[in-house]
Amino acid sequence: MTVPVSYYLVLSGVVFLTGMVGVLIRRNIIIILLSVELMLNATNINFVAFSEYFHNVAGQVFVFFALTVAAAEVAVGLAIIIALHRSRSTINVDDFQLLKW
Amino acid sequence: MEHFFFFYFAVIIAATSILVVALRNPIYSALSLLIMFFHVAGLYVTLHAEFLAAVQVIVYAGAILVLYLFVVMLLNMKQDERYHRQWPAAAVTGFLLLAEGAVVSMIKGRSAPPAGDAAAEAGGPGNTEALGDVLYSTYLYPFEVASLLLLVAMIGAIILAKRNLLGSEAET
Repeated sequence: MTVPVSYYLVLSGVVFLTGMVGVLIRRNIIIILLSVELMLNATNINFVAFSEYFHNVAGQVFVFFALTVAAAEVAVGLAIIIALHRSRSTINVDDFQLLKW
Repeated sequence: MEHFFFFYFAVIIAATSILVVALRNPIYSALSLLIMFFHVAGLYVTLHAEFLAAVQVIVYAGAILVLYLFVVMLLNMKQDERYHRQWPAAAVTGFLLLAEGAVVSMIKGRSAPPAGDAAAEAGGPGNTEALGDVLYSTYLYPFEVASLLLLVAMIGAIILAKRNLLGSEAET
């Protein structure tokens, strides 16, 4: 591996940062879920880079578990979005203030 | 040559991830996320994780993103609302994380790679075989827990999205 592992870490950090900024500044709840996907992909890049760096295949196994969590999150999150859109007919997160104190 | 491929994939991944956040139309965001998923799969191939690259394309680009596009087109939302007023907090947090990453990468990054055991070599007898060996022996219990998680998510999605599960008066 001629590309040093720090390059992968920088790339993963940039992607994770973009996802986190997206979660914080967007109002559309679907874009928020897409940003969560960005963050999960950033962690996956980290896992695979370290798996190559340490010559240990366990990092790739953990990518599978992250993938499982991503799939579950998408299914439940999109179901929640559909339920919200059905009850309020909007998906702007500023309009959901029931749990705000 | 590996540097060339890495920088190509890295530039495309960073650009499309910024586009996901910055674009106004959710469909365009989802499509740029699709491009990003393919390039992440290419990055996995350069990291000798070929099976994960295939899984990335199949699961992420094939299943998850199709679900997103389905919901986006089902809801048919307007595209007027964009950012909300939380962006100062986002800017401060992002700047702090960026500074932390810069400091950590400045301090030290070049310790010698540890000598991994040759039995668990990632590119030894084949990536898929090695992955299967580890997944079904060492990580068998987390694997079963992951299947349970998928079952719970499936039932939860059905219950949440179904309109009248227990008759018409049970739903509020």
